[in-house]
Amino acid sequence: MSDNEVAPLETAFGVDHHVTRAQAPDRPAQEGGPEMVQLLNPEGERVAHPELDAIVDDLSDEALRGLYRDLVLVRRFDTEATALQRQGELGLWASLLGQEAAQVGSGRALRRQDYAFPTYREHGVAWCRGVDPVNLLGMFRGVNHGGWDPNEKNFHLYTIIIGAQTLHATGYAMGVQRDGDVGTGDERRDTAVIAYFGDGATSQGDVSEALVFAGVNNSPVVFFCQNNQWAISEPNEKQTRAPLWHRARGFGFPGIRVDGNDVLAVYAVTKQALDAARTGQGPTFIEAFTYRMGAHTTSDDPSKYRVSAEVEVWKHRDPIQRYKRWLTTTGRADVDFFDAVDAEAEELGASVRERCLSMPDPDGSAMFDHVYADEHPVTTRERQWFEQYADSFEGAHR
Amino acid sequence: MTATTLAKGITSGLRAAMENDPKVVLMGEDIGKLGGVFRVTEGLQKDFGEDRVIDTPLAEAGILGTAIGMALRGYRPVVEIQFDGFVYPAFDHIVSQVAKLRARSLGYVSMPIVIRIPFGGGIGAVEHHSESNEAYFAHTAGLRVVACSNPHDAHWMIQQAVATDDPVIFYEPKRRYWDKGEVGDGPDGALGTARVLREGTDATLFAYGPMVKTCLQAAQAADEEGRSLEVIDLRSLSPLDTGAILDSVRKTGRAIVVHEASTFLGLGSEISAMVTEEAFHHLEAPVLRVGGYNVPYPPSRLEEEFLPDLDRVLDAVDRSLAY
Repeated sequence: MSDNEVAPLETAFGVDHHVTRAQAPDRPAQEGGPEMVQLLNPEGERVAHPELDAIVDDLSDEALRGLYRDLVLVRRFDTEATALQRQGELGLWASLLGQEAAQVGSGRALRRQDYAFPTYREHGVAWCRGVDPVNLLGMFRGVNHGGWDPNEKNFHLYTIIIGAQTLHATGYAMGVQRDGDVGTGDERRDTAVIAYFGDGATSQGDVSEALVFAGVNNSPVVFFCQNNQWAISEPNEKQTRAPLWHRARGFGFPGIRVDGNDVLAVYAVTKQALDAARTGQGPTFIEAFTYRMGAHTTSDDPSKYRVSAEVEVWKHRDPIQRYKRWLTTTGRADVDFFDAVDAEAEELGASVRERCLSMPDPDGSAMFDHVYADEHPVTTRERQWFEQYADSFEGAHR
Repeated sequence: MTATTLAKGITSGLRAAMENDPKVVLMGEDIGKLGGVFRVTEGLQKDFGEDRVIDTPLAEAGILGTAIGMALRGYRPVVEIQFDGFVYPAFDHIVSQVAKLRARSLGYVSMPIVIRIPFGGGIGAVEHHSESNEAYFAHTAGLRVVACSNPHDAHWMIQQAVATDDPVIFYEPKRRYWDKGEVGDGPDGALGTARVLREGTDATLFAYGPMVKTCLQAAQAADEEGRSLEVIDLRSLSPLDTGAILDSVRKTGRAIVVHEASTFLGLGSEISAMVTEEAFHHLEAPVLRVGGYNVPYPPSRLEEEFLPDLDRVLDAVDRSLAY
C-alpha cells in the first residue's frame, strides 16, 4: 500500500449520503405554495397583501380596465398568429396562450426609458412596449430575423438562443450604471432593465452567469422567469431540484414567486422590483408561476408528453377569466366595456391577418445588406455576382 | 519614434482609444490591478477607473454576453480573452449574437466590440494556452478578423479595430509580445489591408501574427543562398486583402502560406483556392501550405516539431521552386 492511497473517509466520519440528502421529488403538484404572491385568486377574489395593496390601489379604474384590454387583445393577436401558421402563412408560431397575465402585468410595470430583453414568446410584452404586432410576425413568416429597431421602443430583438438575452440585459444594465441613470431620483431618468426567460433557460450556464454579473455589479436588472412548467417536453423536475425563485439567494439578491396568472400580482411584484433596480438596490429574480396552455410551438405535440387533466387544472386558473370576474364584481367594468374590447379584438385580428398577408418577400440581394457596417470585399463581390446571376435569367426580377 | 514592445504598443493604442472616446471600455479577467496576465492593460485602470477597465467575473460567456449589452447601450467594449483556448465558452455569443445582430436588426444596431485574443504557441505553455483558432472566426460572416505582428501595427491596428462599427477579433502573437520595434506616426493602410514587408521575385511567403517574423528570417536566409523571396504580412484574415495577394502572385508566380494553425481548412486553404481561381495562369507551381499538423496542440516538449519554423518554410520554398 502506497502512502497516499485513498482512505474511505465516508466510513471514517460516518457520513451516509443516502440518508442525509433529500430525495428529488416526483412530479410535483403544480401549486405555487404558500410563498407565492397572489392578489387575485382563480375565483377572482381579491387577496389582501400588506405590502403590495398600495401599488394596486394607485391604479385608476381606467388603468385597471386597460390591463383587461391588453390581456384580451394580446390573446386575440396570438390566436390569429396561430391560425396564420396553420394556414401556411407563417412557418412557425410560438404561442403565449396562458401567459398573458405574466407578460402584460410585467410589461405594464415598465417605464418608457426601461429596456426589455425578450425570448421569442414575449408578444404580450412587445404589445405593452408599443411594438407593432405585425413586426413580430416577420421572423416567423421568414421575411427577416426580427428587423425592428430595438431602440425605438426599448424592446430588444427576439432571442432564440435560450438564455443568452439574460447576459445582454445585464450588460445593458451595466451600461445604465455607467451612464449614471440609477438612483438619481428623477422618474424620467432612472432606468431599469428586464430580462425575460423561461424555466428551461434556468438550466443554461448563461443564466447563472448573468445572475453572477448582475449580483457583483449590483446592476439595475430584473430577471423575470416565466415558469410555464414545460421546456418543450421536459417538465420542471428535469430542470431543477429546488424552486427556481430560491436561486436568487445564492447570488446575493432577492427572489420572489408570484402567481403568473394574476395580472395584479405580477404588476405589483414587478413594479416593486423595477423600483428597487432604478433606485440602486440592484437585481431581483421573479418567478412567475404560470402554464403554457398550448404547444411549445406550432411544430410541437404536447399530447405525447403531458396529460389533459393537467391542462384542465390550469384552465380553471385562466388569467383573463379571473380578472374579468373581479372587474365585474367590483363594478369597475360592465358588459358594454367587455363587448367593446371583444369588438376591438376582432378588428385587431382582421388587421393583423391582412397586414401579414401583404408583407412583401424581401429582394434576394437584401441578404447582403447589413452584414457589415463598413465595406467588406467578400460581401461586395458576392452581391455583385448574385445580382448578375439573378439578372441573367430571362424575364428576371429579383 | 522610440522602440517599444508589441505588448506595450497595444497598451499605448488602447490608451489613445480610451482618451479619444469616453465610450470605450475594457472588460476581462485580471485586467485591472494586475494589468492582465501579459500586462497589456497595465496602468489603464489606475488612469481610467474601474468603470472603464472592468475586472469581470471568471466567465467568458458572461464577458461576451455583457459586452453585447454594453454595446447595445452605446459603449464600445474591448474584451480581453486571457488565452486563445479560453475563448470557446464565449463562442456562442460571438458567432450567434455579435456576428449577427447587425443583420438581424436590419442595421439598426451595431456591435462595435473588439475581442483581443493572445494566440499561438512557442512559449512552452500548458494545454489550451497555445492555440490558433482564427479560422473558426474568419469563417463567420459579420466578424472581422485581424492579427498584428509588430509593435507599430499593434499600436495602430488596435485603434482602427476600436474605431470600426463592426466586431473585430484581434489576434495578438503572444510569443512576440516582448519583441521590440519602432512605432511610427500613423497606421500603414486601413484595417483590412495587407503589407509587403520584403520585396522579392522568386516566390511569395504569406503569413500573419507570429509567423511573420519566421518568414522574414526565412527570406533573409534564402537571400544568402541567392533566392529572392517576397514576404507579405496579411494583417487581416477577414476580409483578406485579395488585391495585394494576387498582385504578388502575379509577380512571383509562386505562393507559400505559413501559419501555426493546422493546414486542414486553415487560412491557407482559402488563400490557395482563391489564388487558383483568380490567378491560375500566373502560377508556376501549386500554392503550398506550411502549418501545424491536424492534431490537438501537442505537449510543449513537442511544439518545436509541431510549429512551422525557418527550415520548414525553406523546405516549402525548395519544393515550390523545384516544381
